[in-house]
Amino acid sequence: MADASMTVPATGLADGPRGPKPRRAFSRGNIFLYGTLGLVAIYYMIPLWVMVMTSLKGMPEIRMGNIFAPPLEITFEPWVKAWSEACTGVNCDGLSRGFWNSVQILIPSVVLSIAVASVNGYALSNWKFKGSEVFFTILILGAFIPYQVMIYPIVIILREIGIMSSLAGLVLVHTIFGMPILTLLFRNYFASVPEELFKAARVDGAGFWGIYFRIMLPMALPIFVVAMILQVTGIWNDFLFGVIYTKPEIYPMTVQLNNIVNSVQGVKEYNVNMAATLLTGLVPLTIYFVSGKLFVRGIAAGAVKG
Amino acid sequence: MKTITGILAATALTGVGAANAADLEVTHWWTSGGEAAAVAELAKAFDNGTDHTWVDGAIAGSGGTARPIIVSRILGGDPMGATQLNHGRQAEELIQAGLLMDLTDIAEAEGWKDVVHPSSLLDACTFEGKIYCAPVNIHSWQWMWLSHKAFADAGVDVPQNWGEFVAARDALEAAGKVPLAMGGQPWQQNGAFGVMTVALGGLDLWKQINVDKNADAAGGPEMAKVFEAAAVAREMAKNSKVQDWNQATNMVITGEAGAQIMGDWAQGEFQVAGQTAGEDYTCLPGLGETQILDTGGDAFYFPVNKDADVTAGQKELAALLLSKEVQVAFNLAKGSLPVRGDVDLAAANDCMKKGLKILADGNIMPSGDMHLTPDTTSQINDLMTEFFADPSYSPEDAQKSYAKIIKTAD
Amino acid sequence: MSTTDAPPVRAGEGNRPPNRLFKNLTAKIAAIPMVLTAMVIFVGCTVWTVVHSFTNSRLLPKLDFVGLAQYDRLWGTRRWLISIENLAVYGICSLIFTLVIGFTLAALLDRKVRFEGVFRTIYLYPFALSFIVTGLVWQWILNPDFGVQNIVRKLGWESFEFDPLYNPDIVIYGILIAGLWQGTGLIMVIMLAGLRGIDEDIWKACRVDGIPIWKTYVVVIIPMMRPVFITALVLITSGIVKVYDLVVAQTSGGPGIASEVPAKYVYDTMFEGQNLAQGFAASTMMLLTVVIILIPWAYLEFGGKKHG
Repeated sequence: MADASMTVPATGLADGPRGPKPRRAFSRGNIFLYGTLGLVAIYYMIPLWVMVMTSLKGMPEIRMGNIFAPPLEITFEPWVKAWSEACTGVNCDGLSRGFWNSVQILIPSVVLSIAVASVNGYALSNWKFKGSEVFFTILILGAFIPYQVMIYPIVIILREIGIMSSLAGLVLVHTIFGMPILTLLFRNYFASVPEELFKAARVDGAGFWGIYFRIMLPMALPIFVVAMILQVTGIWNDFLFGVIYTKPEIYPMTVQLNNIVNSVQGVKEYNVNMAATLLTGLVPLTIYFVSGKLFVRGIAAGAVKG
Repeated sequence: MKTITGILAATALTGVGAANAADLEVTHWWTSGGEAAAVAELAKAFDNGTDHTWVDGAIAGSGGTARPIIVSRILGGDPMGATQLNHGRQAEELIQAGLLMDLTDIAEAEGWKDVVHPSSLLDACTFEGKIYCAPVNIHSWQWMWLSHKAFADAGVDVPQNWGEFVAARDALEAAGKVPLAMGGQPWQQNGAFGVMTVALGGLDLWKQINVDKNADAAGGPEMAKVFEAAAVAREMAKNSKVQDWNQATNMVITGEAGAQIMGDWAQGEFQVAGQTAGEDYTCLPGLGETQILDTGGDAFYFPVNKDADVTAGQKELAALLLSKEVQVAFNLAKGSLPVRGDVDLAAANDCMKKGLKILADGNIMPSGDMHLTPDTTSQINDLMTEFFADPSYSPEDAQKSYAKIIKTAD
Repeated sequence: MSTTDAPPVRAGEGNRPPNRLFKNLTAKIAAIPMVLTAMVIFVGCTVWTVVHSFTNSRLLPKLDFVGLAQYDRLWGTRRWLISIENLAVYGICSLIFTLVIGFTLAALLDRKVRFEGVFRTIYLYPFALSFIVTGLVWQWILNPDFGVQNIVRKLGWESFEFDPLYNPDIVIYGILIAGLWQGTGLIMVIMLAGLRGIDEDIWKACRVDGIPIWKTYVVVIIPMMRPVFITALVLITSGIVKVYDLVVAQTSGGPGIASEVPAKYVYDTMFEGQNLAQGFAASTMMLLTVVIILIPWAYLEFGGKKHG
């Protein structure tokens, strides 16, 4: 580590003593800090409050119209209905019908898309080859195409490969559409990993995969969390691809959600809609919360540096 | 005329011939309470009446949501067994591409030509002399729903036609009511405009524009009156701040609004709210001006399938959909009118009976869907929604744009 | 494969290992899925789309060429012009606010806050919920009759007016409020991940040098986070260009066509209006705009041989 000068940020991370930032418990700064975080949190929570309250009310109470008021009479009926009773066409078993299908779609899609994209990002930032940047630019362009435009050409491609209307086809589609942003995410993250680490590993004789698994992966935990958040959310909430590229036996849960929420005719059961949405959101939310544990400082966790 | 047993026997025969039972995937967008119950009737009849099995592929949200899904599945070479589509010009291209099954032999065997009333429903399914879809119900747009409570609060009698309704505007506003409830979505505004065109401009004018695509008629003085009336409707609806049509209907139910122009599906909302036609609300076909109803509705199409068993199942389903028994059960559950003139809906309520009588008298018109392409319809939707939202958009300018769209329509 | 390929190590690296060709090959093999996706899906399908934008495809794609007719119609359509204007306003506001709010929240959370996980999840949860329904909630909150306006009026401020979704002049800001609520959490998380990649020692050294915290962020931290900012920028802008659900759920483009956006025009013409070619023409224009902005950026990013 040659450059220890703090004023040259472009050279990356610097050496020096380590340790926690000192802080006082009840300083003015802390009050400001928690005050701001708390206020913003309240703003973020308002719609959730409305949703939860609405989901616990009966329809007559909702029609009275005060959306912020807590329910006079709490009912869990909408939740039960959303999960196991709401009808979608002739099947009256609510969201529960598509839950396992969604899980079956989610796991391979998330794992495959993140695996492919992280290797892409790693190759693009550490193992550039001729033309790699052209492909990367094309990928980034791809992030800007409204995906609805691609529906029909992809139908034709999947038909020709022979995986139309199957789980494999859907996983492939999710991997493809996740690739631009995820690759960018990983490439830019790996680009900020200190070069010295990479050099040292090369001197030790580590190869492409060796460096990837032993150095890059452990350093990149926070970005894997981000990638997971992106993919879990996107794939779990995906409706259009799930319904276009599969068939009824493997329709994801969002088909039922859409059917509960988007029924155009008849009375709108707002309480069931809210309950269904909250139920559907539970899986990504749980993953956000649990995976947050991995949100550690990459360098400290890596311990390769010393 | 075939009896129910006759049809069941015929379908059973085909079933024996086909030997193997098939799973028939059926795509539709009937997902709300009454609709789902209606579909359940179809599924039950299919499962019990044939050897095949109904696999339900419900996708809520018509048009924009369902269409890419349906087309993708058909293009992808692994189509569903049957799919709902609004009949009319939407399916033309799929038929031309040879992707939809020809039902002419079924239609002949079942005598659809004799039983389907009005016959325009079958015309909408016909392309170059062959029949490609099975109509299942009739919905019409030409209704106005009026709240008795709102007019009572305003101290005026419930209007019996559009003129009286406009006259009651000041009284309604003075009582703090919204005279006309209207959702903010384009199809609702365009629908209301279409109803006004027929009711105030007459059927001939409507036909000149929508069927003959006569741009001069669209830009002419007769149509100018309709646009003036639409401008009045815009004024009356200016405080109606809702999006969905059923939210607007709810304003009429609670007496917050005087009236709403909406198709017969609004009926269900009043029923659910426990209101009685004639006591709590009034329904006026053709705005009380021109007693005429259009005959839009839903139909099923059957994509061509390589599997012989599935093809047999498709044919049996097509026959079943128009059988008397299924027509009665289905339409009672859905609140729509049957496509057969020879069935009796004893359970129909006042408004439905009014509608049935108008149909029986032959005061019917084709639905706009049958003559305008979806492309033209959506252009008019855009125009109408802009017109209804922007008070500074003059009726004259709107009419000019309208005539331009009609001119380029095909 | 040419042996004159770029070195397998990062630019500026002088020290080439002896077995570089072999290792370079591994990287190339590993990149095959990316290359295939880029070429077959993004280039292939884009070419397909552009070609079909010169046809009169309606419900089904077909090669019946009509020249520039679709583009003529596109630029003569009021709704498209309004869509572009809306996208510009929404895009600029959304970009600035998302970046500022996202980074600020991340910086605050990175100050070794207790209950960080709770705060983080609160800011992020809107991202997890399907917008079809949360859009409805915002529709309620912003509805003058039972939302914020009603509450404030009941508190005594009778003349208070707040009805963004029903006022054509400000409707796009009403959508922005909900858009920021939904999108800032993700950017916050990405920024946070970026901040976590910065060594503690940098902070130490800055403090030793007596640089104030805000200055440390502006002068040291943000420049170091350039790659993260680029990621965030692409994520935000691509989200802006494709914005659709947000509008559909809240206003369906209304009042009138005051809150229409280009992606909605594409989708509606393709599937509601059943005019594929018109939708393809619109999406080609969108893509062209992105290319015009992105190619110079790519040139700057990759043309020079330096990395941050």
